[in-house]
Amino acid sequence: MEETTLNNNIHVKLTEKFGEKVTAVSEPYGLLTFVTYKDVIINVLSYLKDELKFNFLTDITAVHYPGQNHGIAVVYHLNNMVERVRIRIKVFISEQNPTIPTATTVWKGANWMERETYDLFGVKFEGHPDLRRILNMDDLGVHPMLKQYPLEDPNRVDKKDEFFGR
Amino acid sequence: MNHNHPVFTDNDPQSELVTLNLGPTHPATHGVFQNVLQLDGERIVSGVSTIGYIHRAFEKIAEHRPFYQITPLTDRLNYCSSPINNMGWHMTVEKLLNIQMPKRVDYLRVIIMELSRISDHIICNTIIGQDTGATTTFLYLFQFREHIYEIFEEVCGARLTTNIGRIGGFERDFNEIAFAKINKFLKEFPVALKEFENLLTRNRIFIDRTAGVAEVSKETALEYSWTGPLLRAAGVDYDVRVADPYSSYQDFDFEIPVGTSGDIYDRYLVRNEEMWQSVRIIEQAVVKLKTEPKGIFHADVPDFYLPPKQEVYNNMEALIYHFKIVMGEIDAPKAEVYHAVEGGNGELGFYLINDGGRTPYRLHFRRPSFINYQMFAPMSEGMLLSDAIINMSSMNIIAGELDA
Repeated sequence: MEETTLNNNIHVKLTEKFGEKVTAVSEPYGLLTFVTYKDVIINVLSYLKDELKFNFLTDITAVHYPGQNHGIAVVYHLNNMVERVRIRIKVFISEQNPTIPTATTVWKGANWMERETYDLFGVKFEGHPDLRRILNMDDLGVHPMLKQYPLEDPNRVDKKDEFFGR
Repeated sequence: MNHNHPVFTDNDPQSELVTLNLGPTHPATHGVFQNVLQLDGERIVSGVSTIGYIHRAFEKIAEHRPFYQITPLTDRLNYCSSPINNMGWHMTVEKLLNIQMPKRVDYLRVIIMELSRISDHIICNTIIGQDTGATTTFLYLFQFREHIYEIFEEVCGARLTTNIGRIGGFERDFNEIAFAKINKFLKEFPVALKEFENLLTRNRIFIDRTAGVAEVSKETALEYSWTGPLLRAAGVDYDVRVADPYSSYQDFDFEIPVGTSGDIYDRYLVRNEEMWQSVRIIEQAVVKLKTEPKGIFHADVPDFYLPPKQEVYNNMEALIYHFKIVMGEIDAPKAEVYHAVEGGNGELGFYLINDGGRTPYRLHFRRPSFINYQMFAPMSEGMLLSDAIINMSSMNIIAGELDA
């Protein structure tokens, strides 16, 4: 109950401030989730940090939904340690030109999380101080977490995706 | 892409700085870490960390494995406390499936998780001792890790990469020998821990080496998304066990130790006190278990929990469940879930997106070592090389969790 009221308050405040830039609000397993756009993402993050006490950046990562108009979702998890609320923010960006402003201007800790996301998904964080690969070698050439890159040898007949339910 | 790469050689003959490749396999770094340091005498002028030496693409592999086959992958994140990772993963899936655990299972899990926390902190604190020159403490307390592994062995058959428990509970009940070993541990460990503290905590040399070294303010720690003992040593009382209780941690009475300056000495003290608190929690769990109905070691969820082999051979329904679970045909809701547990090094998060297939659509591990370690190079600037070494030990960076 308490969690829901907190989430509602946050939702109301965000809608007041950003209007229709905050969409697709849902609460899977009590965690307030919404979608926003890349032109306002830094404003949203700063607003959450400075005004709504989401002082802690838990995580940045991405998800690839191939074949869609905006096929890469960059996902931010924030934590309000004082009121013990978490929040999840998603920004869908285009697969062909995956760029988004960097969050290192809001949290220094975003640095390596964004490098990891760049390494695995090829998301280019504009304004990042040091956007290099972090886990894979520099001349890998691909961003391996994208769905078009198979895990194993694609010629094997026993490891087809259809045998794994997709 | 390569514009900002570390320099591996000294090109400038006039330069008074020395480039040192600390690692990837340096005996003082306890793992595969490379730091390219620019040294002015013994002082570090600048440093660049290179990681990824044991990157095994677990997130990619996890997209092609049914849920129960992902548990062994989590073993290999922070391999010093694998059971916490295993339980964190089980609880993530249970949260997705909305399974409620019986209290007895929660308490058994708490025992296992706190034992692994102790074993994790033993490694870190004894190695700080080792790196400051006190080999005795390392050899002395390390035997209790062996005792903890014996308990794990009794419960699940494995020692280091445990694959302990199942989605929905444990694969078998704790036997009498396991409880006897836990009780023996609870009796003997506090004595040894006290002696360990007597050797280090008020030791003049140890204090001189650690106090005031690598101080971190709480603002900086939060800015860099630090969690776990490092954040608490800096003075922020954030612990997932209290902030976001899981596995019935709310039933236990324990304290969260908090430091003030965030230096190496504070981190050592925080970890030591956490070991005492873990002992307290295990003692309470053992007492609580006595009042719980015996023999319950998993939730009653036949759709997700493997039936015993005896049943599979003699009972049609059990055979069907067995087949469906092994083939990964469980009906999990199409949803996304984030679940965090307090690992040995901080908030270990699992972000799971399920699309109804047999495997996760996406699984992301929020690995505390990875996020904590990014501050190592910036904070080493201006530090003595020998201080940077113990700074790294006190951050307890585990290579498996760093690279995933």
